[in-house]
Amino acid sequence: MLAYVIRRAVAGVIMLIVMSIVTFALFFASPIDQASFICGKNCSPAQKQQTAAAMGYDDSFINQWWDFAEGVVKGRDYPDDPKLRETAPETIVHCEAPCMGYSRERGDTVTNLIKDTFPVSFSLAVAAFILWIAGGVLLGVTAALKKGSIIDRGLVGLSLIAYAFPTFFVGLILYKFVAIKWGLADIPRYTSIADGGVGGWLSSLALPAITLAVFFMAGYVRMTRSYVIESFQEDYVRTARSKGLPERTVTFKHALRAALTPIVTMAGLDFAGLMGGAIITESVFNYPGMGKLAVRASQDFDLPTTVGLVILLAAFVIAANIIVDLLYAVIDPRVRLG
Amino acid sequence: MGSAAAPLLSVRELEVHFPTSDGLVKAVNGLTFDLEAGKTLGIVGESGSGKSVSSMAIMGLHRGTNAKISGEIVLDGVNLLDISAEEMRKKRGREVSMIFQDPLSAMHPYYTVGNQIAEAYRVHNDVSKKVAKQRAVEMLERVGIPNPDKRVNDYPHQFSGGMRQRAMIAMGLINDPNLLIADEPTTALDVTVQAQILDLLQDLQREFNSAVIIITHDLGVVAEMADDVLVMYAGRAVEHGPCKEILTHPEMPYTWGLLSSVPDLTGDTEARLIPIPGNPPSLLNPPPGCPFHPRCAHRDKVPGDLCRTELPLLVPGQRGETHTKRCHLPNPDAIYATEVLPEIAPDLAAGAAPTRAEEL
Repeated sequence: MLAYVIRRAVAGVIMLIVMSIVTFALFFASPIDQASFICGKNCSPAQKQQTAAAMGYDDSFINQWWDFAEGVVKGRDYPDDPKLRETAPETIVHCEAPCMGYSRERGDTVTNLIKDTFPVSFSLAVAAFILWIAGGVLLGVTAALKKGSIIDRGLVGLSLIAYAFPTFFVGLILYKFVAIKWGLADIPRYTSIADGGVGGWLSSLALPAITLAVFFMAGYVRMTRSYVIESFQEDYVRTARSKGLPERTVTFKHALRAALTPIVTMAGLDFAGLMGGAIITESVFNYPGMGKLAVRASQDFDLPTTVGLVILLAAFVIAANIIVDLLYAVIDPRVRLG
Repeated sequence: MGSAAAPLLSVRELEVHFPTSDGLVKAVNGLTFDLEAGKTLGIVGESGSGKSVSSMAIMGLHRGTNAKISGEIVLDGVNLLDISAEEMRKKRGREVSMIFQDPLSAMHPYYTVGNQIAEAYRVHNDVSKKVAKQRAVEMLERVGIPNPDKRVNDYPHQFSGGMRQRAMIAMGLINDPNLLIADEPTTALDVTVQAQILDLLQDLQREFNSAVIIITHDLGVVAEMADDVLVMYAGRAVEHGPCKEILTHPEMPYTWGLLSSVPDLTGDTEARLIPIPGNPPSLLNPPPGCPFHPRCAHRDKVPGDLCRTELPLLVPGQRGETHTKRCHLPNPDAIYATEVLPEIAPDLAAGAAPTRAEEL
């Protein structure tokens, strides 16, 4: 078990290194000349040359990637210029390990930007996750147990509608009617636990979390329903009935237990994807999360921030995959890790 | 129990129909048979002939589905079709239990074998988990699982196919039911294991004095196990009688077809393996007349084209009341002896005296 975790973790780190090389290569291929972008409009070729040298943009691809990788491990200075270090040390920004780069546009290290925005995205992801798992699985099981009834058809129809609505539409509707017109909720503004306490934090999350959850819940209702219906067709459910078990035991101990396994996989991966920020929801509600940061970074051609976010999201997905596989071994005795 | 006493199980005019969007699927029609305590009935037929649907009806497993069931299923004097779902549930697993074809898919992959067997005991007996588990160990030992006190904690996938079927049998017999229904219990197993499982079933049947219904398409299993045989085709009984009678003097061409399809392993290489041509009929639109007539090689021997127009009744054949058949042929014995037997077992036909049944 431990050997398995170590092996998966090592493979994950290698994957991340490859990811970072690919992301770097993509930006090298992009038509944006970072030096002239920073230098500005009225920039002489000499000035541009100087900027490129100071920022390290004139270096080769491999060297630039190596500097980045070294920064992640050891930290680095921006700009990394020994002369400047003597003459004007106050202009140098030190970026501590793990240094994911320095964003000139935002005047801060990417690590700090992520530290500021991660709690917002994480809070939102957790709140939405709890809502959609509880709602989706409960309603999905209900629909499956009442298969063919009005309740089932209603739930399937509603979830189809909810799934079809774009997130920004649901978000704007909630924003406009619930928060502004009817005043049922405060105008959503992210409040951390430190600022508003647990109550303030939760109520600030309500509308965006519901917005996100509606979309995912719709998918989970349909998925849960079909897994549960499928599970009831299994031979072992017939065996359970033929033993004379009460229908309650047949349903909960035998049918549902097996049906919920694949949902664990989906839920783990969806949650990991959300931790990297819910771009649309955060933008609609103007939440200072990683999704919004990613949008702004790509609008501003802020490459260091974009690279940092992509690699972080990749790390979440890789970690979630490992955790889901471990969970599987706990749930299903047939799965042996090795 | 004297012969005048009521049989343990008495099925009368059982019909199981499933309404579908394409029409009514008549899975079982007018099925009637008796089974005495301690006896074995073999139900034989192709896939889709209504064998499993009938046994599921006896178990009450069609409850909660849209199946339309009529007739009578009287077990120990109680008509199972009249009692409530809860009363039926209490009989399931205690008075009548069932073992299934594929023991791997019939056991829950997430629970230990012991847990699943003990569960069958606890649901009908008010005992602690510990006592139930002890009882599960005893049953595993009884069905021949080595180291039962250790293997009781294994999961089904850690058992071999034969052991899983043994465990299923342990589960089926743990409450000492009067009736055990075995639905193709050996089909998914190796040939060598099949014989062991059949022996085990016979031993346990003697020990527990249970009546057994064994559902199979394998006439070898029937010859080994059954006292009576019921041949089903297209949801109806087409031949019914004592096992030996049916195997030595079958009177219905479908039964001949089943016998011809059994490979002869005892050396008669001249014997031909003759499959029954065609497919079983649709149960949505069964053919008029005898449901077997489109596949029957002997339909033209019946005068007046009766096979195509009139459903034959299940009537006693040429050897007394207990052997019934559903066929218009006036002289089945002669046709079997002169046309069928020489094809499938030339040695027997030449020797005239012994029959195919003794080889089986």
